[in-house]
Amino acid sequence: MKAAVITFPGSNRDGDVAQALRQAGATVVHSWHGDTELPKGTDLVVLPGGFSYGDYLRTGAIAGRAHIMDATRAHAARGGYVLGICNGFQIACEAGLLPGILVRNADLKFVCKRQHLKVERNDTPYTRAYAKGQTIDVCIAHGEGNYIADTETLARLEGEGLVAFRYADAEGRVTPEANPNGSLNNIAGIYSPGFNVLGLMPHPENLIDSLVGGTDGRGLFESLVGAKRAA
Amino acid sequence: MRCLARLGTLCRLNPFRRTVRNPEPVIPNDIKITPQLVAEHGLKPDEYQRFLHLIGREPTITELGIVSAMWNEHCSYKSSKIHLKTLPTKAPWVIQGPGENAGVIDIGDGIAIVFKMESHNHPSYIEPYQGATTGVGGILRDVFTMGARPIAVLDALRFGDPDHPKTRHLVSGVVAGIGGYGNSFGVPNVGGATGFHTRYDGNILVNAMAVGIARADEIFYAKATGVGKAIVYLGSKTGRDGIHGATMASAEFDDRSEEKRPTVQVGDPFAEKLLLEACLEIMAAGHVDAIQDMGAAGLTCSAVEMGAKGDLGVELDLDKVPCREEGMSAYEMMLSESQERMLMVIKPGHEDAAEAIFKKWGLDFAVIGHTTDTLRFVIKHQGEVMADLPIKELGDEAPEYDRPWIETAPQQRIAAESVTPPCGNAEALKKLIGSPDLSSKRWIYEQYDTLILGNSVVTPGGDAGVIRIEEGPKGLAMTADVTPRYCEADPFEGGKQAVAEAWRNLTAVGATPLAITDNLNFGNPEKPEVMGQFVGAVRGIGEACKALDFPVVSGNVSLYNETNGISILPTPTIGGVGVLADVTKHATIAFKAAGEAILLIGETQGWLGQSAYLATVCGREEGAPPPVDLAIERRNGDFVRGLITAGRVTACHDLSDGGLAVALTEMAMAKGIGAAIEALPAGPAHAALFGEDQARYLVTVPAAQAEAVIGEAKAAGVPALAIGRTGGASLALPGEPALALAELRKIHEDWLPSYMAGKTA
Repeated sequence: MKAAVITFPGSNRDGDVAQALRQAGATVVHSWHGDTELPKGTDLVVLPGGFSYGDYLRTGAIAGRAHIMDATRAHAARGGYVLGICNGFQIACEAGLLPGILVRNADLKFVCKRQHLKVERNDTPYTRAYAKGQTIDVCIAHGEGNYIADTETLARLEGEGLVAFRYADAEGRVTPEANPNGSLNNIAGIYSPGFNVLGLMPHPENLIDSLVGGTDGRGLFESLVGAKRAA
Repeated sequence: MRCLARLGTLCRLNPFRRTVRNPEPVIPNDIKITPQLVAEHGLKPDEYQRFLHLIGREPTITELGIVSAMWNEHCSYKSSKIHLKTLPTKAPWVIQGPGENAGVIDIGDGIAIVFKMESHNHPSYIEPYQGATTGVGGILRDVFTMGARPIAVLDALRFGDPDHPKTRHLVSGVVAGIGGYGNSFGVPNVGGATGFHTRYDGNILVNAMAVGIARADEIFYAKATGVGKAIVYLGSKTGRDGIHGATMASAEFDDRSEEKRPTVQVGDPFAEKLLLEACLEIMAAGHVDAIQDMGAAGLTCSAVEMGAKGDLGVELDLDKVPCREEGMSAYEMMLSESQERMLMVIKPGHEDAAEAIFKKWGLDFAVIGHTTDTLRFVIKHQGEVMADLPIKELGDEAPEYDRPWIETAPQQRIAAESVTPPCGNAEALKKLIGSPDLSSKRWIYEQYDTLILGNSVVTPGGDAGVIRIEEGPKGLAMTADVTPRYCEADPFEGGKQAVAEAWRNLTAVGATPLAITDNLNFGNPEKPEVMGQFVGAVRGIGEACKALDFPVVSGNVSLYNETNGISILPTPTIGGVGVLADVTKHATIAFKAAGEAILLIGETQGWLGQSAYLATVCGREEGAPPPVDLAIERRNGDFVRGLITAGRVTACHDLSDGGLAVALTEMAMAKGIGAAIEALPAGPAHAALFGEDQARYLVTVPAAQAEAVIGEAKAAGVPALAIGRTGGASLALPGEPALALAELRKIHEDWLPSYMAGKTA
C-alpha cells in the first residue's frame, strides 16, 4: 500500500496520519498541494487534518481547489482510495468528492475530547478489521464538524448504506446526547458510492497506541493495508 | 494613548525629507521633542536625561520611539533585574539559561528541551481573544526561534470574581483565543491552571508556556557573527498594529484603558504555522547564522539584540520592509508589533536557497539590512537616516533600579482548633469541589486540542501533562502552578511553595524535575509594598530552586498589573519541566481497581491558614500560609518517585488546594472508583481532611503491598499512613454519610459550564 499524504498550507495532522499508516505497514510518501500529479503508484491519497489556509474562508474551500485535487479527483474516479480526515473531510466535500458540507459545531465552540463511534458496516476497504456495529473509542478535535446535507442527499446516503460512522455513547447507542456537534443523524463519516472515498471528522490516527489513549483507531489503517493486499 | 495615535498620523503626514550622505552626529528633526512627548513615551525625565547624555544631542522622534521601546519595563526589566540576578540558573543539564528567547535543557540522547512562559496580561484584558492568541503565538515563536519544534503548550489563567460583570466575557474570549491559536498551529495543550479572585477584576492574567524539542547540538541563537552579512526579514507583513504594546504593558490601567485597544496585536496562527515550517526547514538546510523573532517592540528589539549580542552594528533600510499598509513612517515600522515575523542573519551565499524555501511556503523574504563594524544602530528610510544610535548602550545602558521595598508583614499562624467548622465535612467537600477555583476545568480544556501529534500520555486534569518524546522510551512532564493567596500572605513562603508545588506535580507523575520558567506577575513596582512582594517571592523562588536542584532557565516579568490603585495578588507562576526515563512508568491520579490500599505520604498537621477551606467554606482569607520545608519536600518526593518508577503504585496525586479530601475525591471521580476512608491523621477531622500541609501525596498500592511500602517509607524517614481502601461507587469519609460519586461528579463538572451559560453567578 503506497499512501500519498498531501500537505496543504496549514495541515497539521499530516505527520500523525503518516505515523498511523506506517504502523499499519503502508509506505508513506509526502505530497505538496501545489503538485499537479500524484506520486507514481499511489494507492491511497490522504487529505489530513489541520487548518488549511487558516480556515479563514469556508473550511476546506481553498484547499479543495488546490492543484493536487485535480489529480486526486482523477484518482478517485479510477476507483483509487481517498481518505479525508477532519479538515480532509471538509476538503473532500468542497472538492466534490463527497456530498454535503461541514459547518460550525452547534454550540459554536471547538471541541477536543474522546468520542465513541458506531461502525455502521464492516464490508468496506476501511472497516474490515472492525465488527459490524462495533463501538470504537477514538477522539475528535474540530470547530466545524457539524455535517449537513439536503434531505434528498441524506436519504440517499442512508438508503445506500453510505454512512460509515456515527457518534455514539460508550454502549454504542446513537443518541442526541452522544452527538458532539449537531451533525444530522449523528453522522461522523461517509463513503462515496464506490466505497473508495471515506471522509470522517474523528481522528483514528491519534488512537493507535495503548500508551497514548488506546488502539481503536488502528483498525481503519490496517483495513486499508489489508484491502490492498487482497486486491 | 490617544496622543500617541495622533502622533502616528503626524509622522505619516510629515515624512522626513532629508538627504543624507554620511550619517552625521546630529540628525535634524522635524518634530520637537517636548517633555510631554517624552512622558507619553513612558520615559521618566531622568531616563530621558540619561538618553540625551548617551547620544549627546536631541533625538529624532524615531529615536525616541526606539529608546522608549528598549527602556520600558517590559523589555528592559529595569525594576526586576537586580533581583532576578540572584536566582539559580545553572545545572549540569542546563544548555541555555535566561537571556535568550527561551531556556534550553539537555535530557540525554542528544535531545534538548526548549521552553519558556510569558504573560499577555494587559492586552488580554482589553481584547481577550486577540490578547490571548498573540500570547500563545509569541511564546511559540520564542521556542521555534531557537530551532525547536513545539510539542506542547500550557496556560495559567487568573480571572476576577465570577460576579464581576466582565469576567464571563473575559473567560470566554481568552479560552477561545488560546484554543484558536494553538489548535490551528497544531500543538497539544497539556495542562495549566485557572483561578478566580476579585483582585484580578481589573487585571486578568494570561500566562502561556510553550515547550519544544530540538537536537542538543542544533540550537539557534540571536547573536549575529561577522560584518557585512545580510539581515533578512521573514514572515508576515508589517502593519500599524501593536504600536506601543510593550509600553502599554509597562503602565497601570485606569478607567480609560479600553481606549488602548488599538495597541493590541492580531494573531494569525496560519501564518505562524507556515513560519514554523519554513524556519525549521531553512535551519535544517544550514542557511542560518542567527535568528531572532519580532516580539515585544518588534523590529527595534530584535535588530538591536542581534547586533548587540554579536558586538556588531546594524544598518536597516526600511524601504525594503514588507508593509501591509501604505505610507508607514519609520517610527511606525520600528515600533509595530505585527505578529508572525522573524529576523535572520543568513550565511553569505545562502540567500537564494533560503529565499526559495520561504517562497515555497508563501511567506515574505526580504533583505532589509546588513551587519556593520560600527556598533551603531542605523535606520534609513526613503534615503534618509532616521536614527543613528549606539547599539550596545541601547540594551546595556538601560536604566536599572533598586526600587525601595518593604517586607510584607507576617501573618499569625491559625491553629486548627480555633477554626470552628461552619458545616459538616461532607457539605464542606461539596462546596469546595463545586467552587470556581476547584471545580472541573473541562469546559476550558475541551476547547483545546490536547491530542494532536499523537504523543499525549497524560492530558489535562491530572497533576502534570506528560508527552512521549518521539518514539520513546523517554517522556516529558510539564506543569504550571502557583497559589496566589499564599503569596499575598507571605511572598517568601508563597514563592517557595510555587516552586515546590511545580516540583511536586512533576514528581506525582513519576518525572524527575529538571528546570523551571517563571512568570512573575505583580502590581506597580514603584510602590514599596508591591516591590516588597516581588523581592520576597523572588527570594523564596531562589531558595526553593537551590534546594531542589531546579534552576530557572527562562522567564518573564509582568509588572504594573494594577487598576485604579488596586494591584493583583502577587502571582509568580512557575512552569516546571521534568523527564521520565521510561514514559510507560508514569502515574495518573485515577484509582485503577477496587480493593487497593490508599496511603497518605507526608506529615499532616492540619494547616488551615490561607487554605481553600478557610477561604471558600469559612469565608476567611487569613493567617500564615503553610510553610514548605524543602528538605522534607525533597525526601518525600524522592520516595514517591522511586515507587512510581519501580512500577509499585497504581495511582498517585499530590495534595494541594483543598487538602486530603479534595485529592481523594479527584482520584475517585477520575474513573468512577470510590473509596472508604477508615483512618485520618490525628487532630480535628476538618483540619485533617482540608488542611494544606505541604510535601504530601496520596498513592494506591495493591493491598498486599501496603505493609511493605509503609515499612520502606519508615526506613526512609517518610511518614506514611494507610487511610483506607478503594472500591464502590461512593466516597465514605469517617463519620460522614457516603457521598455518591455521581453526585460529586455533577457538582464538580457543573459549575463552570453553568456559569458560562449565565445560569450561576
